[in-house]
Amino acid sequence: MNNSKLKLATTSLAGCFGCHMSFLDMDERLEALLEHASFDRSPLTDIKTIGNCDIGLIEGGVCNAENAEVLRQFRANCRILVAVGACAINGGVPAMRNQYSLQECLEEVYLHGTGIVNPRIPDDIELPLLLDKVYPVGEIVKIDYYLPGCPPSADTFLHFFEALLQGKTPELPRETLHYD
Amino acid sequence: MPTDQQSFTLDNCKIPFSPGQTIMDAALAAKTYIPHLCHFPGISPQGNCKLCTVKIGTRQVAACTTLAEPDIVVESEIQELTDARRALTQMLFIEGNHICPSCEKTGNCSLQAMAYHLGMEDNHFPQFFPQREVDASHPQIWLDRDRCILCSLCVRASQEADGKHVFAIAGRGLDAQLIVNSSSGKLAESDLAPEDLAARICPVGAILIKEVGYQTPIGQRIFDQHKIDEIGLEQVILAHNTTATRDE
Ligand code: SF4
Ligand code: SF4
Ligand code: FES
Repeated sequence: MNNSKLKLATTSLAGCFGCHMSFLDMDERLEALLEHASFDRSPLTDIKTIGNCDIGLIEGGVCNAENAEVLRQFRANCRILVAVGACAINGGVPAMRNQYSLQECLEEVYLHGTGIVNPRIPDDIELPLLLDKVYPVGEIVKIDYYLPGCPPSADTFLHFFEALLQGKTPELPRETLHYD
Repeated sequence: MPTDQQSFTLDNCKIPFSPGQTIMDAALAAKTYIPHLCHFPGISPQGNCKLCTVKIGTRQVAACTTLAEPDIVVESEIQELTDARRALTQMLFIEGNHICPSCEKTGNCSLQAMAYHLGMEDNHFPQFFPQREVDASHPQIWLDRDRCILCSLCVRASQEADGKHVFAIAGRGLDAQLIVNSSSGKLAESDLAPEDLAARICPVGAILIKEVGYQTPIGQRIFDQHKIDEIGLEQVILAHNTTATRDE
């Protein structure tokens, strides 16, 4: 039975983890879901690299080089890739930084901001470089489904998985559709 | 209805009209919804948003600017037009910065409600991420041009309701944007007052009254309680915007 379970991977790119919390808001209904699905790489597991998966849930837009790398790995390994939440779908609130140049943002935070002790823009090679802008995930890889909301409600997740598990095309009921 | 009244057919319904009436006005008078964003009862139509596109034969026309004619057959609620309207709405979303989670119009916004109505789940097209000027110079009103959909309702309301001519749309193509007719180009030097129709008619979060945001609890906002296809909703929206002004 176990090997017929759906393999599920999740990640947060330029996200706030709110979509993951909303996923957990399915509460005890998660138990029923986990009879049909098991987790691969996810902030909720210890698995470091993604394996072959049926579904990948992406929270957050793409704001740095590592986000882009992870997103591409998810696309390469997931049969169905889902953009979850406003950030993944259109950049979300973090995309408000697109009003400014990257240099302006970094200087404001690390050089000119208040209470800064050692003004310096972090440049360690370990750190992923920020992209010029925050991008919606759909502008980097192909996305199969979108779950709008900031965050989507637990019911939205539930509708989505129920449809998938029944082999139907997920369609969100109008009542669950919201962008805020 | 007088028996000699003329009529046309809209999605298999007979819609009576008087000569000189547009398809939109006749449909609304007959309590039949045709999607629209830049039409407002009592304000002259301008055909900007194209959400009201309907089909007469193979021809697509804007219902708000096309006069009703006897016995024409008009199609509106068909899949082809729903798809086109959804694409138009997506274009409006990507052309501006519609980050609803951080917008105080959310739940009270006609563009957003239209997107819900059309079942829009994503923006489909790449985002423009424009960088247009915010005008917060006026003590009571502010203007976020990145959310303006160029419906020109504020322009027309300011001409027709009080003759103040506060707004205009300037620039060509993608550079078109809302401008303020004042010496400095700022709202502060204009005659605009919060009670003006032009300050309250904006269907989106572009013209906003200051310091009244986020006063309505989630669940009680206009489009939590109403669907955009309700006829006469414009009055509810105006009433809401008036209360927002008064409550401060
Ligand atoms: S104006 Fe409407 S669609 Fe645009 S961000 Fe605000 S609520 Fe969303
Ligand atoms: S500011 Fe509002 S009313 Fe005026 S053109 Fe823009 S969207 Fe329309
Ligand atoms: S309502 Fe007719 S074009 Fe906007």
